[in-house]
Amino acid sequence: MTFTTMLTTMSAGMVKTCSIFFLTLLFSLPLGFFVAFGRMSRCRPLQWVVKIYIAIMRGTPLMLQLLVWYFGPFYLFGWSIKGYRFTAILLGFSLNYAAYFAEIYRSGIESMPVGQYEAAQVLGYGRAQTFLRIILPQVIKRILPAVTNEVITLVKDTSLAFTLAYQEVFSLAKQISASQRSFMPFLIAGVFYFIANYAVAFAMERTEKAFAYFR
Amino acid sequence: MNVLELRHIQKSFGDTPVLRDISLSVPQGGVTGVIGPSGSGKSTLLRCATFLETIDGGDIVYSGEYAAREGVYADKASLRRIRRYFGLVFQSFHLFPHYSVLKNLTDAPVLVQGRDRAEVRETAMALLKKMGLEDRWDAYPYQLSGGQQQRVAIARALCMKPEILFFDEPTSALDPELTGEVLRVIRQLAEEKMTMVIVTHEMQFARMVADHILFMDGGVIVEEGTPQQVIDDPRHERTRAFLSRLER
Repeated sequence: MTFTTMLTTMSAGMVKTCSIFFLTLLFSLPLGFFVAFGRMSRCRPLQWVVKIYIAIMRGTPLMLQLLVWYFGPFYLFGWSIKGYRFTAILLGFSLNYAAYFAEIYRSGIESMPVGQYEAAQVLGYGRAQTFLRIILPQVIKRILPAVTNEVITLVKDTSLAFTLAYQEVFSLAKQISASQRSFMPFLIAGVFYFIANYAVAFAMERTEKAFAYFR
Repeated sequence: MNVLELRHIQKSFGDTPVLRDISLSVPQGGVTGVIGPSGSGKSTLLRCATFLETIDGGDIVYSGEYAAREGVYADKASLRRIRRYFGLVFQSFHLFPHYSVLKNLTDAPVLVQGRDRAEVRETAMALLKKMGLEDRWDAYPYQLSGGQQQRVAIARALCMKPEILFFDEPTSALDPELTGEVLRVIRQLAEEKMTMVIVTHEMQFARMVADHILFMDGGVIVEEGTPQQVIDDPRHERTRAFLSRLER
């Protein structure tokens, strides 16, 4: 197998890796906000449910969570769902990352000085207006570095989808390497992840710069 | 009719009473200075008057409208309406850092009061001019000195067109050389007959700008009257002790 053939075969995997990555972000970034609000809720039972959820998501391996999402429905309920693999992957990744993002959001929201809320209150802003117009822009600026870390981890974590035999870059690299007795697929995979993370870091740096107009 | 009327205000934090039976009336154009040692309840009094703390008992009345009667607050819609009567200038400014100076002034009047954008902008620029900051309208708060930030904060409060303006130790967070510019602005407002309640440690300033002085200690008003009575010729031992401590 030539280098070009390897690259072409693996590019299909790259597309799959990218789709896990982008769809996970699409679901987990907003979901994290709801989780964070639940975690900070004054309603104690809700707070506890969310606390337990976060504890499980952070306290068990993501690989195990993926297996549970994929095999759980069959072993627990005897359901076999067609074409469920990708959905299970997205469920596992999104719910796991939402928990991490939620804690980042919470740290950002709780770090806001109470004076900002009071100034807004005296000026007559409502609760939603205060959060969306005054608090949120400042929170986003504060949490960007932490979010960048998490997004970079996600790029590398997508390789865990190999546990569910999903043909993303990492699975393909292993298969091709074994069948062709070549080290090259690993190198290609490595370069791919590196470039992807370089792009993430670049994009996040640009975003940070966009928020640099205030302190 | 008095712009502000506080009657028999009671407030405790847990078991600790911080305001015990405080009454205060501020007539149109009146300037009341509130002085006293730290922990005397002066700031809490302002925070209660501006709904940042809830009172346990007493009346809060703005221009005849009851915000609270015998410790029971009016409904939300009334409170929202009454909120328009007052503005508050904080000790540490609390400007919105992600808004330019102009946006800090105009955002609430447009968004909350639903006023015309062009009118608000004009009002805001006129206020900035009055504060000597018209050329800084597009700056962000971090680019300003503390004194400039506090003047922006005063302009932001005034842009809401309040009937009464509260100041919570407006110069305490400033370097000494910057207090003058803020005090000058407040004095100018007093000359224009802006109704104000000012909590301050600046005794000379209080004497100059206020027509009525309250001396608070331990959650009660120990002594009140004209600046001449309270600051220059205090009757109570506690007032005398406080003032002499300041002079040293």
